[in-house]
Amino acid sequence: MAAGNDVTPTAYIQHHLQNLTFGNHPENGWSLAHSALEAREMGFWAIHLDTMGWSIAMGVLFIWVFRKAGKIATTGVPGKLQNAVEMVIEFIENLVQGAFHGRNPLIAPLALTLFVWILLMNTLKLIPIDYFPELFMRLGVDYMKIVPTTDPNATLGIALGAFFLILYYSIKVKGVGGFAKELSLTPFNHWALIPFNLLLEIIALLVKPFSLAMRLFGNMFAGEVIFILIAMLPFWAIWLLDVPWAIFHILIVVLQAFIFTVLSVVYLSSAHEQH
Amino acid sequence: MNINMTLIGQTIAFAIFVWFCTKYVWPPLSNALNERQKKIADGLDAASRASRDLEQAQEQAAQTLRESKEQASQILEQANKRSAQIVEEARDQARAEGERIIAGTRAEIEQEINRAKEELRAQVSHLAIIGAERVLEASIDEKAHRKLLDELAAEL
Repeated sequence: MAAGNDVTPTAYIQHHLQNLTFGNHPENGWSLAHSALEAREMGFWAIHLDTMGWSIAMGVLFIWVFRKAGKIATTGVPGKLQNAVEMVIEFIENLVQGAFHGRNPLIAPLALTLFVWILLMNTLKLIPIDYFPELFMRLGVDYMKIVPTTDPNATLGIALGAFFLILYYSIKVKGVGGFAKELSLTPFNHWALIPFNLLLEIIALLVKPFSLAMRLFGNMFAGEVIFILIAMLPFWAIWLLDVPWAIFHILIVVLQAFIFTVLSVVYLSSAHEQH
Repeated sequence: MNINMTLIGQTIAFAIFVWFCTKYVWPPLSNALNERQKKIADGLDAASRASRDLEQAQEQAAQTLRESKEQASQILEQANKRSAQIVEEARDQARAEGERIIAGTRAEIEQEINRAKEELRAQVSHLAIIGAERVLEASIDEKAHRKLLDELAAEL
C-alpha cells in the first residue's frame, strides 16, 4: 500500500480498479474524469486512455519485434531473436493446423496476433501493481490501470473483432441463404421449429464473443483484485503471498492467451464448415 | 468498468494489428521457416544418399579385394604346381642323362676290356711262340703251327 496509510482499503482498491477515462462529461465537457463517479457519468462517450495506450503499446511492441525478426529472417542458421520468434510461429502454426480445418491464409496470422498481443497485455500484470499508478500520480495523472485485459472494454473489443470475422466468413463461405438456413434449421430440421432453432442458434452465436471476452476479463480481473488485496498486507508480509500468486499467474497469463486464441480459431473453423 | 468507446477503439486496434501482421509480419517468417525446412530436408536427403553411396563403394572395395586375393592365391598355386613340375622334369632329365652316361661308360669299359683281352690274347700267343722257340731251340715253321697256336690262344 504505497499510496500512503491515510487511504482507506476501499478507496485503495477502487483507485486501483479505476481507468484513466477521457470523455464527454455532462458538466465539464470533454475532460479527464477525476473520480469513478465522473467516469460513470460520461456514459458511452468516453475512452480509457490507459487501456488504449498500453494495449497499443503492447501491439506495437509485438509488431516491431516480429517485423524485425521477419526482416532478418534467413533460411540459414537463425539468430536468437529469430529462433524465439520462430518457436512462437511454429507453435501457432501447429495450433492452427490442429484446430482449423479449412483453407484461409488469414487465420494463422490472426491467431499469432491474438496470442502474442494478449500474452503481452496479460504479462503487464506481473509488474508490481503500485509502480505505475504511483508514478503517474506523481506526474499528476489520477488513475493508471496498466493491464488492458482487466478492462472488459478491451477483451470485448477484441472478441467483437473475432466475432465480426466469424460472421463475415460464415456468410462468405455459406452465402447469406446458407448461413440463414444453418441458423434456422439446426439443430431441429423441421419448419415448425424454426423460431426455436433461431432463438437457440442466435444465442449460441452471440455467446461466442461474450464468453471469449468474459473468460479473459474474469481471470485477469480476479487475479488483479487478489494482487491488490495482497498489496494491502504489511510490507514485510507481502512477498509471502505475492510471490506464489505471481508465479501461479505466469501460468494463468499464458493459459488465458492460449485459450482465447484456440477458441477464436475453433469458432472461425466452424464458420468455415459447410453442412 | 464502464462499457464505452474503448470497446470500439480496441476493435479498431485489433483489426489494424491483424492486418499488419497478415501483410508484413507473417509472410517473411513463414517463408523463411518453410524454406529452411525444405533445405534441411534436402540436406538430410543428400546425407542419406551419400551414406548409401559410401556403403556401396565399401562393398565394392571389399568385393575387389576378395577377388584379387582369390586371384593371387590361384596364381601362387599355379606357380607352385609349375615349379614342382619343372623340378620333376629336371629330375627325370637328370636321371635319363645319368643313365645314358652310365650306359655309355659301361659300353666303353666293355670295349676297353675286349680290346685289352684281344691284345692280351695276341701278346700271349706271341709270348707262347717265343717261349716255345726258346724251349725247343729250333725254328719251328710259324706257318705250319699257326693253327695250333691260334687254338691255344683261343683257350686263354
